[in-house]
Amino acid sequence: MTLRLYIVQRATAMLMLPLILGHLVIIFYASAKGVSAADILGRTAGSVGWAVYYGAFVLLTAAHGAIGLRTIAMEWGRLSQRAADALMWGTGLLLLALGLRAVAAVVAPGSLA
Amino acid sequence: MAQQEAARLPDIEVAIWRGGEDGEYRTYRVPRQASQTVLDLVTYVQRKLDPTLSYRFACRVGVCGSCAMTVNGRPRWTCRTHVSKVAGEGRIEIAPLANLPVIKDLATDMTRFFEKWQEAKGVHVPTASRHDPIPRISPEDKRRAAANAAIECINCGICFAACDTVRWNEDYLGPAALNRAWTLVNDARDGGHGERLAAVAAKGGCHACHTHQSCEQHCPQALNPTASIAGLKRLTVEAFIRGELK
Amino acid sequence: MTLRMEARRATGYRRDRLWRAAMVHRLSGLLLAMFLPLHFLALGLAIEGEGKLQGFLAWADQPLVKLAEVVLVALLAVHLVGGVRLLVIENLAWRDNQKALATGALVAAVVIALAFLFIQLR
Repeated sequence: MTLRLYIVQRATAMLMLPLILGHLVIIFYASAKGVSAADILGRTAGSVGWAVYYGAFVLLTAAHGAIGLRTIAMEWGRLSQRAADALMWGTGLLLLALGLRAVAAVVAPGSLA
Repeated sequence: MAQQEAARLPDIEVAIWRGGEDGEYRTYRVPRQASQTVLDLVTYVQRKLDPTLSYRFACRVGVCGSCAMTVNGRPRWTCRTHVSKVAGEGRIEIAPLANLPVIKDLATDMTRFFEKWQEAKGVHVPTASRHDPIPRISPEDKRRAAANAAIECINCGICFAACDTVRWNEDYLGPAALNRAWTLVNDARDGGHGERLAAVAAKGGCHACHTHQSCEQHCPQALNPTASIAGLKRLTVEAFIRGELK
Repeated sequence: MTLRMEARRATGYRRDRLWRAAMVHRLSGLLLAMFLPLHFLALGLAIEGEGKLQGFLAWADQPLVKLAEVVLVALLAVHLVGGVRLLVIENLAWRDNQKALATGALVAAVVIALAFLFIQLR
């Protein structure tokens, strides 16, 4: 990978560390307690905090995952750099779109009811 | 006593790659001897069984790196690989070094290996002439110590053959070339620092390394290209942040 | 028979622990990347209202899905821990005992996954 992509890959990884640890804690807690949609949305609806947390998480994950997929596409998929770059942008933007939609969904549930 | 013991050992079956990129494994039966190396096996085959076998060697004592081949799937110096260590079920498979074009049988074309060495700017750029005083560099100097730790590479190609990233990424400069670049980057006398950092930060440079550490695991000189490449990663990122690299 | 096909034979080094650690890292990342859109779509159901999300959660409350969740947590844990190991190698001074570090990382990931499995089973 190029120097810039490498820096983004490593930087997003480092920034995600606390977010993932937090996410694991939430997963463990939710599983242990057994949460319903009402429980989840009760906490996330209208919350700026959760919007920022998961919004950032989505952005970092989309970048990190897309760059990783690019590497695999070139090394195992034998894609050319141009094709792999296109794949990277495509999957990155897709993950970003789906992810931000999910964040919007839990922060403003029912907005597309 | 050792010879008597070896005489009681059964012959060993040696499968050797014959041909170029296309070819086949041919099996030869070689008598066991005490302290026999894989190079001994190949030598026996060529001298006693099949003179058409092509292979490379030079020193036979583990200082030149010429005899590197793939033995039972791993790249090794055949002169330093004892048959007793790899014989397993009395069968050994010998192929040419991986990731390089095959010329014939066990001999590979190492052009690509050395071209990448050049691409990585693995060449010292002098800053002084014979008329200048000899620069004083302490062996305790951290950078010199780092260079010394990586300097003993004899270009045998084993790390290159062991590296999956070399296999999967045509542009990758490879562990040996990058390791050499690292020694030069730490050489206070060298004047090619800027160009070299740019070379190792380019496509196929140090950032392509995935830290599989196959190079480090297989280097017969116990060098550590993984660590050298990690060092290059740090330096290039720092240079980028300072705006010295694009 | 070509050497390209026989290149499979030059793979003895893949029995090395550190190579395997690298493969686990890559494959876990790949699987997580493939899972992520599904995760986002599931959560995105809430955009149509609580009922849709609750419907999904009810469906997910079955053993096979719970097992899949454990696998996902395991993948996340192993990718995270493996990634930290890489960041340590790349950014800090070299330390020997890399194999021990890799094993330690795997153990940490397994512990996290088992803890989650335990929670799911209760």
